[in-house]
Amino acid sequence: MIDEPGEKNAAMPWPGHERRGGVTLANWLVTAGVLALFVWSYYGSDIRLGELFSREGSGQILTYIRKLFPPDLSPTALHEGFRGAVETFAISFLGTLLAFAIGLSVVFFASRNLMYSGLLYEMEPSDWWRRGLRMVPYCAAKAILNILRTIPEIVWALIFVFIVGLGPFPGTLALGFHTGGVLGKLFGEVLEDVDYQPIEALQSTGASRLQILFYGIAPQVLPQFISYTLYRWEVNIRVAAVLGFVGAGGLGQRIQIAISLFLEHQLLTLLIFIYILVTIVDYLSAYLRRKAI
Amino acid sequence: MKGSNHNAAEQFRLEDVGKIFPRRQVALGGVDLTVRRGEKVALIGPSGAGKTTLFRLLNLTLRPTSGRLFLDGADVLELHGSRLRDARRKIGTIYQQHNLVPRLKVVHNVLCGRLGQWSTARSLLSLARPGEVDAAYHALKQVGIQEKIFSRTDELSGGQQQRVAIARVLLQDPEVILADEPVSSVDPALASSIVKLLVDISQSTGKTLLVNLHTIDLALEFFPRVVGMRNGTTLFDLRPDQVSEDLLEELYSGRAPESESGAIDDEEPSPPILQ
Amino acid sequence: MKSPARPYFNNAQKSYFPYLFSALFLAALIDSWRRVGVDLPLLFEKQGRDNILKFFGGMFPPEHSSQFLSLMARPALETIQISVVGTLIAIAIGFPLGILATRNFSVGGILNEADTSGSPLRYALRFSIYSAARGVLSLFRSIPEFVWAFMFVRAVGLGPFPGVLAIGIAYGGMLGKVYSEIFEAVNPRPLEALQSTGANKLQIFFYGWLPQVLPNFVSYTLYRWECAVRASAVLGLVGAGGLGQQIEISMRMFNFNEVLTILIILFIMVAAVDILSSKVRAVL
Repeated sequence: MIDEPGEKNAAMPWPGHERRGGVTLANWLVTAGVLALFVWSYYGSDIRLGELFSREGSGQILTYIRKLFPPDLSPTALHEGFRGAVETFAISFLGTLLAFAIGLSVVFFASRNLMYSGLLYEMEPSDWWRRGLRMVPYCAAKAILNILRTIPEIVWALIFVFIVGLGPFPGTLALGFHTGGVLGKLFGEVLEDVDYQPIEALQSTGASRLQILFYGIAPQVLPQFISYTLYRWEVNIRVAAVLGFVGAGGLGQRIQIAISLFLEHQLLTLLIFIYILVTIVDYLSAYLRRKAI
Repeated sequence: MKGSNHNAAEQFRLEDVGKIFPRRQVALGGVDLTVRRGEKVALIGPSGAGKTTLFRLLNLTLRPTSGRLFLDGADVLELHGSRLRDARRKIGTIYQQHNLVPRLKVVHNVLCGRLGQWSTARSLLSLARPGEVDAAYHALKQVGIQEKIFSRTDELSGGQQQRVAIARVLLQDPEVILADEPVSSVDPALASSIVKLLVDISQSTGKTLLVNLHTIDLALEFFPRVVGMRNGTTLFDLRPDQVSEDLLEELYSGRAPESESGAIDDEEPSPPILQ
Repeated sequence: MKSPARPYFNNAQKSYFPYLFSALFLAALIDSWRRVGVDLPLLFEKQGRDNILKFFGGMFPPEHSSQFLSLMARPALETIQISVVGTLIAIAIGFPLGILATRNFSVGGILNEADTSGSPLRYALRFSIYSAARGVLSLFRSIPEFVWAFMFVRAVGLGPFPGVLAIGIAYGGMLGKVYSEIFEAVNPRPLEALQSTGANKLQIFFYGWLPQVLPNFVSYTLYRWECAVRASAVLGLVGAGGLGQQIEISMRMFNFNEVLTILIILFIMVAAVDILSSKVRAVL
């Protein structure tokens, strides 16, 4: 994730690979602007941190926290919590898988080096219209990824609830679509950093582009793709827990009910379930990531 | 085919070939060279001379920005799509840095030589269950590391990986073998035997052989034709007995002292890899 | 027919992990599929198709009346403000806790080498601080900011305030964890060298530690801020300020063209933040 401009420039001088940028006056101005942003954000808004530390503000918070204890440990509550947790797990699992599929399919079209410039196209005829034709799927793919990524999961959930109704299914779709865009972007960065030496060698044996993809590119990028997907699963389990607020099932739905009906003890139970579920997924994700690399 | 005075025995013919990279780096300028089928040629010269770039033009990775390059009489600029792939299949390249896919097993890397002949479906199947294992085994045996056939490639030493790269070319069975500094990252005892192996293969199969070498001794010992390159052009093109000390000094002089030992020199404004 | 390569194949490393994993994976897949109630026909049948058309058709053209746009201005700006203040609080929480949660600082490390010798009581104390810090960060991180926001709304009322707190705490946990990882990855050798020249702790901090830590620190914090902008937009759905509230209203009233406008505004904001943070990164 750390981008050092110098390192990218040391790559091969393929057409279209040059990076622009360096530190200019504009950059310094921007940083100054950011600091100004801080100041404006605080004073220009209704947010008064003083309230937090005032007796009133913290008093309210503490009262509320006290109301949560003790957690409701009755069989019904535990049963509901468990069901919710498993449902949330299923949503996150399926959703992340869908995201992987979407990201994988789109990213190969959204990669410049695979579509129209770079080593694989060096010897191809460079008529402008041929390049233009190859750029169309590229631009479309990039646009799709952007749209998928920018619309927050919850909004996607609202959209899908509208299309297919309530329940965990729209939640899964929402998670999959949004995360698909995110993964697509991350995968794209990995694809750009691919080591080109084996690719060049493969090309020199007369392999077709598809063969180069499977023998040269895939073995290099797949482990990293899987790693990013697993990491994203950690994020998604939290999101899945929340999607229930808009009717998409899981723990979220039950939390919303508990809060709305002022059932604070049940709320604490559900929160504990979230904590356990999230911790389990975090560990699973870390374990699998170690195995993948 | 199209070249007016194409001699059937000519494999490569370069006429005033030049290559300029996008950031206006001149790698090659006005190279004239003709290589006949079955010839064995050694290329020597200091870092940054353009030897690797020349190879990349010859193996159809890059295209010349000026001049004309003929492969078997066909102008390289007219080769596209499947004709280009067929042409590439005829040329086998051994790179200085092996250029193997690290995470694949050795057997798959060797079988990469066959990709030009296999259909896509067959290549995919082979990833799951390697086809032509015996051929790969035989090639690895020729370079002496057949026991590593199912190991992961990145577990091998530099010298072993270099031999895997050679096995890959053997499996490809090309008409031309280009070897770009195949022995720089290999210890001297092994270097000699590898160069000898390449020359023997060329002799027995009639394949054209062009080798880029840092070690002048190997060039003079094994090759009947030595070409010296400097600053993107050829300085001389002679038999080994004609290459004098003075000629060698002229070839390598005028450079900063550090680069004479053959160390990889990244102060030069040349294409940053494989020089 | 025996291939000469067979003995090497038999000796190659083989493990049971891929089989075990595939079996579990398949089981999870099938169970999840049923549990979620995947019903693809819903998407493709008449009702689903109608709804899709209704939605996407209704989005265009986006609502561009000036009264709507000026109505959106305030929530949009508020979203940015929430994200900024929230992130600042997150740094304020994450940085100290991150330091405490770093093994090198709390428990061991060369800078503590001379201190830590002996006294198991001291070690126990240090270790419990370390564990407590890790535990708190974990707790903050595990509860989604949405839930925090919902709780804070109950505690302190509607408006941007609960949103800021929610982001502060949830992101504080995330920042703290990543900060501790960055701190742990610091190369101790330059620090050791500085210490051996007789530099005091503050000097070691500025000359050896900070230069190593700053790039990753800033990079990740900026990334979190980008996420915070999106999160702040969404928190409005529970009444915690920002654009989210308006999205819900528009969705509920089926004014999809308004929804598109809000999404476009959100897109522009996120893009602007993206560009801004890459410029700031370039400075470093």
